Amino acid sequence: MSLVNFNKTVIKNLFSKPATRKYPFEPKEYPERTRGHVVNDMDVCVLCGLCSIKCPTRAITVDKAAKTWSIRPMSCIQCRCCVDNCPKKCLSMDNHFTEPGSEKVTKTFPQSEKAIAAQEALMKAAKERAAAAAAAKAAANAQAPAANAAAPAAPAKAETEKKED
Amino acid sequence: MSTRSVIPFGPQHPVLPEPIHLDLVLEDEKVVQAIPSIGFIHRGLEKLVDKKDFHEMVYVAERICGICSLGHGLGYCDAVEHIMDLEVPDRARYLRTMLSELSRMHSHMLWLGLLADAFGFESLYMECWRIREEILDMFEIATGGRVIFSIMKIGGLRRDIPDDMLKDFRSRLDSIEEGLKIVSKPFVDDPAVKNRLVDVGILTPEKAELLGTAGPFLRASGIARDIRSTGYCAYGDIDFEPITSTGCDSYARTEVRIKEIYQAIDIMRQCIDKMPAGAVDVPVKPNQLPNGEFMTRIEQPRGEALYYVKANGTKFLDRMRVRTPTFANIPALVDVLAGCDFADVPILVLTIDPCISCTER
Repeated sequence: MSLVNFNKTVIKNLFSKPATRKYPFEPKEYPERTRGHVVNDMDVCVLCGLCSIKCPTRAITVDKAAKTWSIRPMSCIQCRCCVDNCPKKCLSMDNHFTEPGSEKVTKTFPQSEKAIAAQEALMKAAKERAAAAAAAKAAANAQAPAANAAAPAAPAKAETEKKED
Repeated sequence: MSTRSVIPFGPQHPVLPEPIHLDLVLEDEKVVQAIPSIGFIHRGLEKLVDKKDFHEMVYVAERICGICSLGHGLGYCDAVEHIMDLEVPDRARYLRTMLSELSRMHSHMLWLGLLADAFGFESLYMECWRIREEILDMFEIATGGRVIFSIMKIGGLRRDIPDDMLKDFRSRLDSIEEGLKIVSKPFVDDPAVKNRLVDVGILTPEKAELLGTAGPFLRASGIARDIRSTGYCAYGDIDFEPITSTGCDSYARTEVRIKEIYQAIDIMRQCIDKMPAGAVDVPVKPNQLPNGEFMTRIEQPRGEALYYVKANGTKFLDRMRVRTPTFANIPALVDVLAGCDFADVPILVLTIDPCISCTER
């Protein structure tokens, strides 16, 4: 009878290790891909705000004036959408779940000094580049009329002349 | 002439933690009539098309139900991809097929466990769920979630499943098959189990056809109707036959589901063997918006599910509609319940594999 067959399983189970874990003492090892919670590396984040736009539950808020990035963990559905869309790759998904809490909190992270300094340096460099480019353009424009007068008329030159007018 | 009495069954009842309510009209111990009422967990998910754009609706579709989560995401994405004329890459099609079969395995294992629990075979129930745990672990390794997978997206899959992971899955499938062989024996051979299942809740093929039944409930009445045969995803390239049984009773339904788990293992192996290389998604540009309407059908573990999407050229859809297998099976359930013993009601409610969350959305 098959019941005898199942008895074999029952007896085997009596003498083998349990399939379950003693949970709080033996924590679970999560696979690499487990979507536990979102972590933001505030040293790299430039507060572009793309994550808050792409978040399906609007759990992320980016305050550019106050230089903070905040998340409401209770609204987050761990879909990994923000991580996939992050241009700086500062967002990542930790494979451990957050601790249970008794109230709905909003976790706010200020942008780190390092990130602010890096961003300001970048902005400064960009401004300098822009200024240099503008200066070069102005110089080129100043030279252009002289060159134009010498050379025969061409559509490109006609445009430059128009701009000067 | 015996007196009639009405016994309310549910919304909280001993079968499964989902709220279905039945008014059972009894004559002594026989059920004369069953009047169902649903609507206890309506959440208005379809109405969310007003607030969430069509990319975000994938996450909403996945949350229709915790068991058929993958299938709902797949059905919705399939419909939108047809509207937008997106060609899903081959690898994504195969991975989708593989994951749907994995989802079918976990749904059927869950059902077998619940069935064992319904007739009081506790240790068999635990064994079934132990095997299901291995399947859920595979899901977690592949997608990062055990219930909500968040791997579907419009245009393919959000993450690739690398080849070495697939190789690991193959060996895991072997161990699952071994466990399944032990677990499925009591369901098929055990005389005590047979007493509870054989000739309980007969649904004739004519009635099944007439009442629009779907899924294993229909196939157990001898009608070979399986939406996978239409060849959506990669099912067209896979070698398989719909599983039927001519028993028409609860035993036949158990048999069909057990055989479907073996078939799912076989289909997964075929998918892994034939897995093409390449990308898993086609990029969707921000200005690429759906316009038009489409209706698609897929075979969920519980039966045929229908997805209707109507888009208007903006990022918000006009309508998203899901018709789920349980909704199709309730008329047949009511028919089967009439004339059965009161003690068989839990088993019969279970044999349609009810998913009330899906039904009410």
